[in-house]
Amino acid sequence: MNSAKDILHTAEELRWELGPHFQDEIAAKVSREASALAARHVQHADQPSGISWQRRLDLILTGRWTGLPAMALLFAMVLWITIEGANVPSGMLAGLLVDKIHPWLKALTLNIGMWPWLAGLLVDGMYLSSAWVVSVMLPPMAIFFPLFTLLEDLGYLPRVAFNLDRIFQKAGAHGKQALTMTMGLGCNAAGVIATRIIDSPRERLIAIITNNFSLCNGRWPTQILMATIFVGALAPPAISGLVASAAVFFVALLGFACALGSSWLLSHTLLKGEASSFSLELPPYRPPAILRTLYTSLIDRTLFVLWRAIVFAVPAGAAIWLIANTHLGNHSVAWWMVTALDPLGWVMGLTGVILVAYIVAIPANEIVIPTILMLTVLLSGSSPTDSPGAGVLFETEGHVLHTLLTSAGWTTLTAVCLMLFSLLHNPCSTTLYTIYKETGSWRWTTLSAALPLALGFIACTLLAAAWRLVLG
Amino acid sequence: MHTYPSPACEKCPAAPANIRRLGLGTGHWDYVVALAGNPNVGKSTVFNLLTGLRQHTGNWPGKTVVRAEGAFDLEGKRYKIVDLPGTYSLLGTTPDEEVAREFLLFGRPNVTLVVADATCLERNLTLLLQILQITGRVVLCLNLMDEARTRGLSIDTRGLARELGIPVVATAARRGQGLDELLAAIGSVATNPLNGTPRPPDIMPPELRDAVEQLTQRIRETYPRVENPAWVALRLLEGDPRTAKALEQGEFENADASTPTGQPA
Repeated sequence: MNSAKDILHTAEELRWELGPHFQDEIAAKVSREASALAARHVQHADQPSGISWQRRLDLILTGRWTGLPAMALLFAMVLWITIEGANVPSGMLAGLLVDKIHPWLKALTLNIGMWPWLAGLLVDGMYLSSAWVVSVMLPPMAIFFPLFTLLEDLGYLPRVAFNLDRIFQKAGAHGKQALTMTMGLGCNAAGVIATRIIDSPRERLIAIITNNFSLCNGRWPTQILMATIFVGALAPPAISGLVASAAVFFVALLGFACALGSSWLLSHTLLKGEASSFSLELPPYRPPAILRTLYTSLIDRTLFVLWRAIVFAVPAGAAIWLIANTHLGNHSVAWWMVTALDPLGWVMGLTGVILVAYIVAIPANEIVIPTILMLTVLLSGSSPTDSPGAGVLFETEGHVLHTLLTSAGWTTLTAVCLMLFSLLHNPCSTTLYTIYKETGSWRWTTLSAALPLALGFIACTLLAAAWRLVLG
Repeated sequence: MHTYPSPACEKCPAAPANIRRLGLGTGHWDYVVALAGNPNVGKSTVFNLLTGLRQHTGNWPGKTVVRAEGAFDLEGKRYKIVDLPGTYSLLGTTPDEEVAREFLLFGRPNVTLVVADATCLERNLTLLLQILQITGRVVLCLNLMDEARTRGLSIDTRGLARELGIPVVATAARRGQGLDELLAAIGSVATNPLNGTPRPPDIMPPELRDAVEQLTQRIRETYPRVENPAWVALRLLEGDPRTAKALEQGEFENADASTPTGQPA
């Protein structure tokens, strides 16, 4: 051990003789040697082909005036393709899983003489909630994820960060936060992990806390469904798809504004400091391997996320069926919960059912819509077999879900407030756990949950009050 | 791309071996392969190609944030492969650079596969030269060769290999090109660690040479089994606390180049 001490001591002494800049000299020497090596072994042909179209594309996609509009246009297109494309398959899935298989299962359980309560728990609870999750989530995800992955493989994501860098800097946040927020569009837990690319701890915390303002895949279906059957339905059928896409686009944009606003707020209060500088490489555009992209994004992302949703939907379905069928006094537990939360729901432009659904859905946002539908059906007393899904899921005219929800007292205000609350509420428990693991602090985890929840409460309440004031 | 000239070569033991991709099955292993390189040069794509895994890839620097591990089986030997975060240098203090440096120094990989972007070789070689200071058991993988070719670049891989004294393999990992040659190179470095004679260029600035040599000499005398005394000397001169601690606790001492390391005890 002594000799190690001696060596360290010698190093200490030698360091004094070397002066302060020897590290730079090493770096310079390394790069000189590397250039010399490259110069000896690499030959350039005269005209570098294949660069010019990249330049031209970058002039548009990262241009000072064209970058942001091009980005908005691309994003809106992805949304529009997702919404238009998801309509028919969602309806077909619901028709199959809910209209055909559900009654068949129900009949089967009765025929084999299963106890009615067990049949209810299994078929009306666990099966039905998974069936709803699959039909509501699978089609939009199977379209959105491949499109997103294609953009990612093309090399577009760093350009998003490049375009938004100045805006993030103004908010006192790191430009790479744009990257982590785009990852959050897929899954907030993944977005939170992605913040590891941000070196400064202060800016990383900001990115973690505000990642939840990126609508994750668990919330897209809620947005798309509400926008389609309530907002889109207000417009003539020819443009209802466009109107619905615009509504979802606006909510996503609002999320982006909230992320910037809270970043600014945090960097001027709890996490004071200047935005640090960083270098970001803009990689060349690479033509994506389309078939492989489709395959991996379907298998790895879509099915993985869908599986997670089903894993949460099965116990949630059981829980919903149990609270709807366990009676306290004259009413079911669900009735008591919904009735207790109804006044708060009214203030926020929502309903008690929605608030109960958000409590049930803390483990995963994916099950909000199935929970709302099941609770509405179970509480209205009609049998789920002959109610929802008896037609095409997303069709707007005479839509079954529209009929079901309006008969439960929903208005356009309810739908708009639900879209707002779906954007602005606490992250799911997986994301919260990830935040805790990444920050190691209950304080920041609590703030990450409380900040969006408070914003959501305020925004919904204000909107509902203004709506009622103006429209009566 | 290198092709084998006659059918006889296919029967030769040096011909491309059959790879068995083992995915995550890293239970026990004979050799450890570290995968290093600049950000966004296709490390994860090479990783997926070797292991059969589908580690997330995407065209942006920094997407691999969690160290990924996988395995493959080559000629009856199991290789564990570790995908390190992409870095431009090993001399800095960012978390990514620390993770990569620590693993190369103390993870004792049998082979370090340096993946380089053939379209901007110069910048990628700076990392390679630093890695060569730490270990000589390196295979250089010139990836994105297809892109380099469309840009009118031609690279003399043999000349580069001769000058550096390490195997250099051209690949286009996204198309699966060059996999066989890459495996052969990894296998040969893993099984014959003493065969190669890496000749890395000298990266010590003249002003530093005396100090480094003096310190290197002391380290060699005290710890004859340290594999990379010059690098250790350099880090000590920079005052890196991790290197100082490792030296005091004898962490460099097991670095014996003649025995395969990484085998579970």
